[in-house]
Amino acid sequence: MQADIYKENGFSIDDWQLLEEDQAVPTEPGRFLVSLERFVAAPEAFADLREIAILVRAGDDVTVLAPHLDRFTMVAIEFAAFSDGRGYSSARLLRQRLCYRGELRAVGDVLLDQIPLMRRCGFDAFKVVHEPTRRALETGHLAEVPLYLQPAARPDEQPAGARAWARSPVGLAR
Amino acid sequence: MYRYDEFDESFVSSRVAQFRDQVRRRLSGDLSEDQFKPLRLMNGVYLQLHAYMLRVAIPYGTLNARQMRKLAEVARTYDRGYGHFTTRQNIQFNWPRLQDVPDILAELAEVEMHAIQTSGNCIRNVTADHFAGAAADEVADPRPYAEILRQWSSLHPEFSFLPRKFKIAVTGAAHDRAAVQVHDIGLQLVRDEAGSIGFTVFVGGGLGRTPMVARKVRDFLPETDLLAYTEAILRVYNRYGRRDNKYKARVKILMHETGLDTLRADIEREFEEVRSGVLDLPKAEVDRITAYFAPPPFAQEEAGDADAFAQALDSDPALAVFAERNLAPHKAPGYASLTISLKPIGEAPGDASAEQMELVADLAETFGHDEIRVSHEQNLVLPHVRRADVPEIFRRLRGAGLAEANAGLITDIIACPGMDYCALATARSIPVAQRISERFAASGRQQEIGDLKVKISGCINACGHHHVGHIGILGVEKKGEEYYQITLGGSGDENTAIGQIVGRGFSYDGIVDAVETVVDTYLGLRQSPQEDFLAAYRRVGDAPFKEALYGTA
Ligand code: HEM
Ligand code: SF4
Repeated sequence: MQADIYKENGFSIDDWQLLEEDQAVPTEPGRFLVSLERFVAAPEAFADLREIAILVRAGDDVTVLAPHLDRFTMVAIEFAAFSDGRGYSSARLLRQRLCYRGELRAVGDVLLDQIPLMRRCGFDAFKVVHEPTRRALETGHLAEVPLYLQPAARPDEQPAGARAWARSPVGLAR
Repeated sequence: MYRYDEFDESFVSSRVAQFRDQVRRRLSGDLSEDQFKPLRLMNGVYLQLHAYMLRVAIPYGTLNARQMRKLAEVARTYDRGYGHFTTRQNIQFNWPRLQDVPDILAELAEVEMHAIQTSGNCIRNVTADHFAGAAADEVADPRPYAEILRQWSSLHPEFSFLPRKFKIAVTGAAHDRAAVQVHDIGLQLVRDEAGSIGFTVFVGGGLGRTPMVARKVRDFLPETDLLAYTEAILRVYNRYGRRDNKYKARVKILMHETGLDTLRADIEREFEEVRSGVLDLPKAEVDRITAYFAPPPFAQEEAGDADAFAQALDSDPALAVFAERNLAPHKAPGYASLTISLKPIGEAPGDASAEQMELVADLAETFGHDEIRVSHEQNLVLPHVRRADVPEIFRRLRGAGLAEANAGLITDIIACPGMDYCALATARSIPVAQRISERFAASGRQQEIGDLKVKISGCINACGHHHVGHIGILGVEKKGEEYYQITLGGSGDENTAIGQIVGRGFSYDGIVDAVETVVDTYLGLRQSPQEDFLAAYRRVGDAPFKEALYGTA
């Protein structure tokens, strides 16, 4: 299996299994990814699963997850097309409004130039299958503007300069 | 005027480096054109009919002489010696090579300019009244707020892949020169009873194929809530705006389909969550930014100045006509804002040569406190000139073919690039503007007609604002031929209205006659020369014009 989950410390293998919509809730142990729609329709159906993650699709309203968040090891937000920016709002809502602290993973059409923006919205893991993006990440080549003009969801950012709304990454002398 | 600090400088130069890297990856094939497209658009690079086009932001239309000279240099070095000022307070270069764009951007960064978010499905260059900081009628200067919005929206991580483009405009006066009601968000500065600054907020205006006038969502938004409220609007739009059809993706459609009350409730609910947090604007911070826009030290009006100016006007009729049309009232005694028309008779609206840009830069330095504006009417403005200096400025402008005394007249036409440059065009627009301009050129004739805004678009996307032209002209294609539809009664000010189509279109050859028929009809029915075209149209409706054009009222 290809190691295509990118995090701060490099690539690792994706060990989550997507539970297809018509697939019965498994009884054997494992890490299962369930769509938001299916989970919210019957949360109790998944009570026996030890580890569960939620797949959020573009039109989904993440705020319905509020009462269940401590059950999830991971939330994956899907970008069906990189040009569909709804996932950025979902991420910020999860992190900032609902205070979700687990892994927040971007899946789908995840490309190099979007990763810095995704990070700022609270993503900390990325499923990357686009080959040039993988290559760039492997060599640590993140094409980023490391100065920000608005507060967002990343915890490791500090106020920068005179302005109330400017930020820079912690650790970057400025 | 706003000056970059160290942070801004690093920000813009990092952005140039980032774009240079994106261009490199595109040229090496790491990025497909589909993947590259939104990235280049977000930095103002379009693919046009013949070449790439670079659109550079002139935030809220304000620039200084040094910046104008740089634009001239870019025009000369990388383009064919001219640039095109647009209705969105941008300048476009029509012939740069993609591999040169990073260098152009690096040069622009030296003078605190950029092309960030001049295109793409993101928050675009924020526009404002071109007489901001000078106009006699303003409540407060809108530019500090436009600058704050510009900063906050730059490379916004959440709002870079919106359903569609998003345009914000700010006016500081009740008389709206920034057309705020045809923007996604329109802000009008107002004071409450206690004298505190705030905004009347409009949402959901737009032109394009479904023109809509914005709806008011807030009578008074306190200054401190500007960013929180804007973020709330953007989040609601990003989450709920349609993405299934790009022609229905603007916030105006969301407004239309959701309804004002529901959408306003959604925005207010989101705002309740966001407010009183990190996005609150500290007063000290607003004051700090506002200080950059402090008025220049205006000279005292000398005793004999007014008389000398009156005498100069008496002795030079051409100057008198120029002063009558191209000067606007200023808040400081003895001063005026001077419009430099980029609509010389028979030329392409909005074009300026490198030499003309340099002359304007010189004039701004010598006579204008080093300030220049770009108006959404595609003209340039020297916002602060002494009336006493106007005769000399006029003389120098005349030498460069820039002294057309037609601000606000029928030859001061807005026209989009149309078939001459644009890949989406269905008809020519620049040549139509040129022919109309020639037809009405005799100065006496346009003076007699008075205020009349003609606006021309080369396709349904409406870049030429035809919907808000007193006379709007839309070029369409029918069976391989260009046809031109006329709309009447549009307006882009505080009484914004979308023009109504009068009837079937006219051929390329017939459109100028048709415009003349409309104008003659107006001249025949106006109650006095003080009743301008729009007022007359609003009084009589379209029947007399239909009758004159088609013989069928
Ligand atoms: C030549 C390349 C250009 C292309 C391909 C282009 C494309 C478009 C498109 C597709 C729209 C419709 C957007 C929508 O309805 O969602 C539009 C609207 C507009 N464009 Fe352009 N445009 C170009 C040049 C210009 C220029 C030169 C100007 C300024 C003079 C301009 C100003 C505008 C404005 C003001 C609108 C109306 C925005 C609204 O709907 O509220 N565009 N453009
Ligand atoms: S209105 Fe149409 S023809 Fe004119 S610039 Fe816009 S897209 Fe091109």
